[in-house]
Amino acid sequence: MDTRAPDLDEDLLPERFRRWFASRGWEPRGHQLDLLARAKAGRSVLLIAPTGGGKTLAGFLPTLVELAERNADALRSLPRLRGRGGEGALAGARSEAIPPPDELRSLTSPASGGGEEKWRGGLHTLYISPLKALAVDIARNLETPVAEMQLPIRIETRTGDTPASKRQRQKRDPPDILLTTPEQLALILASPDGPYLFKNLRRVVLDELHALVTSKRGDLLSLGLARLFRMAPQLTSVGLSATVATPDDLCRYLMPQRSADGTTPAMADLVIASGGAAPVVDLLDTREHLPWAGHSAQHALGEIYDLIKRHKTSLIFVNTRSQAENIFQSLWRINDDNLPIALHHGSLDVAQRRKVEDAMSAGKLQAVVCTSSLDLGVDWGDVDLVINVGAPKGSSRLMQRIGRANHRLDEPSQAVLVPANRFEVLECHAAIGAIAENAQDTPPLRTGGLDVLAQHILGCACGEPFRADDLYEEVRSAAPYAELTRAEFDAVVDFVATGGYALKAYERFAKIRLGTDGKWRVANPRVAQRYRMNIGTIVESPMLKVRLVRSRGGGSGRTGPIGHGGRVLGEIEEDFIEGLSSKDTFVFAGEILQFEALIDDEVYVSRSHATDPKVPAYAGGKFPLSTYLADRVRGILAAPEQWRALPDQVREWLDIQAWRSMVPGKSQLLIETFPRAAKYYLVCYPFEGRLAHQTLGMLLTRRLERARMRPLGFVANEYALAVWGLGDLEFAIRRGALSLDALFDHDMLGDDLEAWLAETPLMQRTFRQCAVIAGLIERRFPGQDKTRRNVTISTNLVYDVLRKHQPDHILLRAARADAASGLLDIRRLSDMLSRIKGRIVHKALDHVSPLAVPVLLEIGRESVHGEASEDLLAEAADDLIKEAMQ
Amino acid sequence: MRVGMFHTPTPDPSPQGGGEPSSFDAGEIQLAGVTLVADRAGALYWPDQGLLVVSDLHLEKGSSFARRGMLLPPYDTGATLGLLGQLIARYAPRLVIALGDSFHDGDGPARLSDTDRTTLVDLQRGRDWLWIAGNHDPEPAEGIGGHFATILALGPLTFRHEPSRNAPDGEISGHLHPMARIASRGRAVARRCFATDGRAMVMPACGAYAGGLNVRHAAFSVVFGSRAFTAHMLGDRRLYAFAAKDCLG
Repeated sequence: MDTRAPDLDEDLLPERFRRWFASRGWEPRGHQLDLLARAKAGRSVLLIAPTGGGKTLAGFLPTLVELAERNADALRSLPRLRGRGGEGALAGARSEAIPPPDELRSLTSPASGGGEEKWRGGLHTLYISPLKALAVDIARNLETPVAEMQLPIRIETRTGDTPASKRQRQKRDPPDILLTTPEQLALILASPDGPYLFKNLRRVVLDELHALVTSKRGDLLSLGLARLFRMAPQLTSVGLSATVATPDDLCRYLMPQRSADGTTPAMADLVIASGGAAPVVDLLDTREHLPWAGHSAQHALGEIYDLIKRHKTSLIFVNTRSQAENIFQSLWRINDDNLPIALHHGSLDVAQRRKVEDAMSAGKLQAVVCTSSLDLGVDWGDVDLVINVGAPKGSSRLMQRIGRANHRLDEPSQAVLVPANRFEVLECHAAIGAIAENAQDTPPLRTGGLDVLAQHILGCACGEPFRADDLYEEVRSAAPYAELTRAEFDAVVDFVATGGYALKAYERFAKIRLGTDGKWRVANPRVAQRYRMNIGTIVESPMLKVRLVRSRGGGSGRTGPIGHGGRVLGEIEEDFIEGLSSKDTFVFAGEILQFEALIDDEVYVSRSHATDPKVPAYAGGKFPLSTYLADRVRGILAAPEQWRALPDQVREWLDIQAWRSMVPGKSQLLIETFPRAAKYYLVCYPFEGRLAHQTLGMLLTRRLERARMRPLGFVANEYALAVWGLGDLEFAIRRGALSLDALFDHDMLGDDLEAWLAETPLMQRTFRQCAVIAGLIERRFPGQDKTRRNVTISTNLVYDVLRKHQPDHILLRAARADAASGLLDIRRLSDMLSRIKGRIVHKALDHVSPLAVPVLLEIGRESVHGEASEDLLAEAADDLIKEAMQ
Repeated sequence: MRVGMFHTPTPDPSPQGGGEPSSFDAGEIQLAGVTLVADRAGALYWPDQGLLVVSDLHLEKGSSFARRGMLLPPYDTGATLGLLGQLIARYAPRLVIALGDSFHDGDGPARLSDTDRTTLVDLQRGRDWLWIAGNHDPEPAEGIGGHFATILALGPLTFRHEPSRNAPDGEISGHLHPMARIASRGRAVARRCFATDGRAMVMPACGAYAGGLNVRHAAFSVVFGSRAFTAHMLGDRRLYAFAAKDCLG
């Protein structure tokens, strides 16, 4: 599709633009012209293009062309320029200068002919990106063509860092193009200026849409978009996205959904840029022994180092921050050539990250070890190799990472996959197959969260009074909320107003009230003020600063004085620190550190001489294996003729498994039971990802307990789950006392799940996020906690009370919906249980099978998250008693 | 280490246990020569006197937040009174002492719902009831029955809301909402607790919305001075005793 369309070219691109393209030695790409033509015809468009496809320029081209023409006209019609200090001589092109011709207004409709009408001044295009840095970066990139073509266009950014005075001025005197984030859009919409600022808006450009729509930020943005479409009747949208599995979802997201008339939902046009050359992806065929388990890939370090040496610039992607830390540290240990190798992940200090980014774009680095913090956006210069260490997890995800190599479309990207263990070899193999077929596995569009809706409804009331009927229709025009029922909507309005409690205790404390005119409005200005403080959908675990100090030797101090000063290494989740005892060692910021004390909001650490950190896992950024890849892995297992393509070590492993036990068919669930060291084990292989397996493990343990099998524990990895206990499972099955079909029946998602949800900290955490987003609980700000101690409250206490007294409350419903796909991955477990019904194959073994070894090796290495609190108390008490008795 | 001082009955052996508290979820505790029963719900019972003590109920904390714009579920008062009801049914005390901060703010009593007010009246029927003044509720309030005092001395024991600096023998206080945290293998558990050195005691908060202050906080060294003390953590099945110095900050 990259061929030129010369017949269109002449009409579409003004002379000035054609000359500019020529001066750069470029030709407009097919998708750029295609998008321009459709935008000119007043259509909304989704552009799917790989990284480096000139996507951003394509998205802005229609706006630049329109503004070039409009502002040139405006300049001619103005007797003189109204100069404004510092804003450039062109700032004067104001809406008042061109009164809108009334006869043209009748032509205006979102679907047809919008491009014919002269634009009437004010803000023309709104660009929204998920990253603040990206908005700033894009602004810089846009300035170049605008300056070189001498276009009379003003471009500004608005982020959390924009000073209040500039924001005020932007409302009074808007630029032509404003670049911002979803949160800032919500803030503007929640102010009385929204309607004035946006009434003449012509285009909204949504960048990295594939990333935005998978989160609650995407929900919030969809609601903002619905509001924009209502405020600005001539608005059209442009979505920019990487390749996704179902582009239709994004096409719907970009348009108001008119579900009332029952016709097919409105969709934006789809333009797909050619993908350029197919990437060259290899599996590292290691000469070393392939580990059975673990994610460190230490065996392949020498080979990774050789790859780095042979390339100009390599990006080394890993899945978690702890992996990034480990690989980085290990590479430096063997870095005899002193190659410039850097580390980049989301927990490092911002200044540190900027330094790495700048060195990278200056071409000073030979390799960067990084996590998903580099997945998005920003241009990285000449990367000629991407190394993916560990499991790819999903084919789309891997393709986006590989797209980082070689920002020029016509040259193939080069990538090497480095599996860290035998199962990951299968996963890498499946991913390479998926890439060859260009098979995408991005998740389907979310159903909009009710907590986000609550935030939005309050925001609407802060902006201007609303009628429930109107707002309901508007909300339903957002694709994620198209299926929202009126009852749900009303329940959320009730929640926003008085908390939505069965006990009507809070009428007099209402946040929004229904007036006699049938409109809801905020009860007082403080409500709007609080709303602005609490906006957004990103609820992080509170982060603590990590400060390097000198160790002070013995003592178990968490309190008391300790050497001050010292460098800040970065930030770390409070949850992680809470599990540490004094003198525990862990890896952070590229070194092994010893935890000294937690003082105020800072974590004091010292350098450690230990070679192995005591606390291994620092779980940052774990996401599960995609359903699609899991399916492909099962396919490879079920087809022995495909094993020939696998490395020898892996093939042997599978051969022995087939001989000793069996290799399950594609739709089967293999369950093995065997005794080992006076305990009885059950291992199953659902391939549904760690989160779903953990939930399954939790529920199976409950059921086995009820069946008097005395389970003791379980461990899960991405592919398998092992449960062990004191009861002889095989004997119980043979005798008919235990049925595997019943044990794995779908009904475990009923009462057993409810009972577990009641007590798991994972659910408490999910609830907390919903409560903050919905505005029930206020955000915690760093440094604010101490003075505000009296006005904060533990959400766990609120969760307990609410769960007991009003289990169907809207926030608990929102939390349960999140749990289905979030930390508990219940939906996937549910799908799996349906899939395997009647397809369970049981193998009674007398000892552990080759396939079971990897998951058993995880015992002791992977903790079972947040469970067994009471047992932990009893255990710790026993330990103490033992110690006291010695 | 004071692990041995606690005569804790063995926990319910049946894995199906849990649910309703059994009669075995309290432990005996010695304070200034008096034998007290520490209940895992956070209350203290003095069998010789038929006296039940609860601290920091913080009734109407939900509505107190609601007044200021945080519409917390309005069920906390009902939940706290429900717990109090269970304790009273279990021990049938002659006298109940609420050790201060019984209401989250001075207007709390006026905001009590009719249902909760009736529950409170029922709980007080047939026994004496003493509200000790707290910093949240320093003044006597109308319409909540019982007597008021700032401090009560009974035999060797003294009951007051705020602990004294270097607390004297026999002092039982609240105010600080003690909680303790222990960790093992990268996992941590935090629970409310009784903090005592066998001479003085700080009671845990009983309110459904009452938070906690870590026993490693400097406020506790003001109470106990340099004396070592124990945190008796409230478990789901029983109490667990840890030397405070072994708990996490």
